[in-house]
Amino acid sequence: MTGGLLFEAIVFLAGAILCVSIAKRLGLSSVIGYLLAGVLIGPYVLGFIGEEGSDILHFAEFGVVMMLFLIGLEIEPKNFWNMRKSIVGMGGLQVGGTMLLSYLLFTFLGFDWKIALVISMAVALSSTAIALQTIKEKGLMETSFGNASFSILLFQDIIVIFMLGALPLLSNSNEETLANAPNERVNLLDNLPIGFQTLAIIFSVVLIVITGRYLIVPMLRKVAKSGVRELLIAAAFLIVFAISFLMEYVGLSPALGAFLGGVVLSNSEFKHELESTLEPFKNLFLGLFFMAVGASINFIVIANDPLIVLGVLLAIIAIKALVLFFTGQVFKLKLDQKLLLTFSLAQIGEFAFVLLSFAFSLNILTQEQMDLMLVVTALSMSVTPIISLINERFILPKIGTLESIERPMDHIAKAQNIILVGFGQFGSTVGRFLRSHGVEATILDNDSNHVDFLRKMGFEAYYGDATRLDLLESAGIAEAKMLICTVDNPNVTKHIASMVKEKYPHVELMLRAKDRSSARELINLGLENTYRETLDTSLVLASDVLSKMGFRKYTLSRQVKNFIKYDEEMLRKFKEAKGEDDNYISQARKGLEQQERVLNEDFKRGIVEYDNLWSSDEIIKALADK
Amino acid sequence: MKRILILFSHPKFEKSRTNSVMVDHIKDIPGVTFRDLYECYPDFHIDVEAEKELLSAHDVIIWQHPFYWYSCPPIMKQWMDMVLEFGWAYGPNGVALKNKTWLNVITTGGAREVYCSAGSNSYTVNEFLRPFEQSANLCGMNYFPPFAVMGTHSLSKAEVKEYALEYVKLIDLLQQGLSLGDFKKCAFLNDIPQLKTQ
Repeated sequence: MTGGLLFEAIVFLAGAILCVSIAKRLGLSSVIGYLLAGVLIGPYVLGFIGEEGSDILHFAEFGVVMMLFLIGLEIEPKNFWNMRKSIVGMGGLQVGGTMLLSYLLFTFLGFDWKIALVISMAVALSSTAIALQTIKEKGLMETSFGNASFSILLFQDIIVIFMLGALPLLSNSNEETLANAPNERVNLLDNLPIGFQTLAIIFSVVLIVITGRYLIVPMLRKVAKSGVRELLIAAAFLIVFAISFLMEYVGLSPALGAFLGGVVLSNSEFKHELESTLEPFKNLFLGLFFMAVGASINFIVIANDPLIVLGVLLAIIAIKALVLFFTGQVFKLKLDQKLLLTFSLAQIGEFAFVLLSFAFSLNILTQEQMDLMLVVTALSMSVTPIISLINERFILPKIGTLESIERPMDHIAKAQNIILVGFGQFGSTVGRFLRSHGVEATILDNDSNHVDFLRKMGFEAYYGDATRLDLLESAGIAEAKMLICTVDNPNVTKHIASMVKEKYPHVELMLRAKDRSSARELINLGLENTYRETLDTSLVLASDVLSKMGFRKYTLSRQVKNFIKYDEEMLRKFKEAKGEDDNYISQARKGLEQQERVLNEDFKRGIVEYDNLWSSDEIIKALADK
Repeated sequence: MKRILILFSHPKFEKSRTNSVMVDHIKDIPGVTFRDLYECYPDFHIDVEAEKELLSAHDVIIWQHPFYWYSCPPIMKQWMDMVLEFGWAYGPNGVALKNKTWLNVITTGGAREVYCSAGSNSYTVNEFLRPFEQSANLCGMNYFPPFAVMGTHSLSKAEVKEYALEYVKLIDLLQQGLSLGDFKKCAFLNDIPQLKTQ
């Protein structure tokens, strides 16, 4: 029951919107919503999606690739290197332990050792997509549990390459059947000796690093300079697709390649721009992926042998949970963190689909064995988010509080808590002065030349259009204390200010106002920290003129401050007087009218003696009267 | 000839009647450096290094200011707080001002009669100036009695002019190296015999 691409798209999108919004309403993770949507539209419930589910699965893997790219973007190379111990240690322990136990289980169940080995490989892997998506959604990336999960998943991404490489060695069949097998993963290197393969892999990694530095960043600068926004989206996709292609070509995991690419670009000024561009696409692709997993659950297999499926499922989850708990124990995680880790990675991951179908094509597994394992995999992916949920709702509250998320982030680049938008003449002075006090702001500017220069000078500057909330979000607006807007264009300032005020009311806004009327508009919006760029400078000039004419400097400096105060009061006073006629009076006319009003007020005021302080006239008079 | 530095503080100099006449008489005397602190530092942001250099280059430091609330105007206190640094003006190695001369030249609204235990101000001007005297002592300086123009509210222009000329003469004496022995018994420099004999 399929009706072409459009129909499929409608089915997927409608399913996603319906199920995910319901899941969210119920306080569940979006992953569960997508999985349910998949089951719902899949061949066994509504039957909108049939056999093509697996094709979609392959396509949807781009979600995982993008996710790893985005995660890479957040990890600077230096920090990545610092993580090597936990990656190898935790990852090695988890994969090794799980493989050993599940191998024992399946040989005990009477499977051939080769089959048991293949299955244990598949079982050892967890789902990067589900686990990381859930962790990020909950904002737990910076906890020790988040770190541990990430390390283990990264190790699995690396080890799966070797697993795929080892599978042909286990094959019973001869070369010809292997060649005839419908193998999607035939690649450039299959016919090369191992040594060359290794070299090619190293070469491609180096290639990613070099092109990242010397090709991609200059390309992004060109794109940014062109000012066409969609080109940047195109460029972001180009990067991800190209890396995936290259990686598949040499037989590496595209996700791993994308991760590397992300790490390489994490130091570049386009970090936040790339993040905010890819983020929504990533989520959509991942959603598609989860739906495809849901749709691929083969309910016929379950119906035939419900007890076996259930038994295997429970046994595998138990083994994985046990090993994860033990790993947490060895690496001295606190109890709550250990439990989170235990349940969040207890599922079999998406790599299992690849491994199992590859093993099937190599004739290691029979159709029934593969079907059983695929069902168990899909079910485990669906069940673990629910178990995690039970853990979080009912078990953790009894143990005590969650580890504070605010602990120092040791390996994820720390977001600054002051954001400076615009780094032209005005913004640069602000930024330099802040910096001279050891306050480093995160700088956003939409001129890539500025940004390029700033980065050379060691500023943390990023290219991007700050009127987009998602860019501000990737620049860390949620954790920011203050946002300074020094943009020239009053409309842009107004846009940014009102947007931030609405979405992140805790962020204090410090605004440059171009002129009187834009200052008044900002004040009308309740933005009191508005700084007119011309006010102070013009008064300094005027007071220097008066000083040259013989006025005392100290008196002038007091008068300037008095005048500023008076002028600010006038600005607020007229704010009330105006009002409905704002709509039809043009900006220019408004400006003139205001000027007139101000001058009239000045005229009425005359030459004002602001203070009679230090004057002895009255004392003298009083003495004389005596 | 002694080099004289006059550090002048008056927040509203343009309104002053007495000080402006006095300043007019002394500010261009050769060998005298006249420094108007409120004009130099309208924002109270004192250039400590420049001030220290000036102090080092002079032998006699005169503080000229109106007597507000029995003390100096705030910028002068600011100047003291910032410039008279530990280890420079006082303390173990703080000998930069040693043996230099310090004196206050002040104007007061009240007459000399009200500045005594029986008068409305209860204390003498010298008593009120104790903080300056002790500051000078701490810096190893010779603190001279003040030159005071008192009762300014009721001074005529001619009287003010007279004071100004006395001030000029005092500066001349200081340039000649007026020493402590000359006025041991005087509460004010105004009273020293050299100023009285025309």
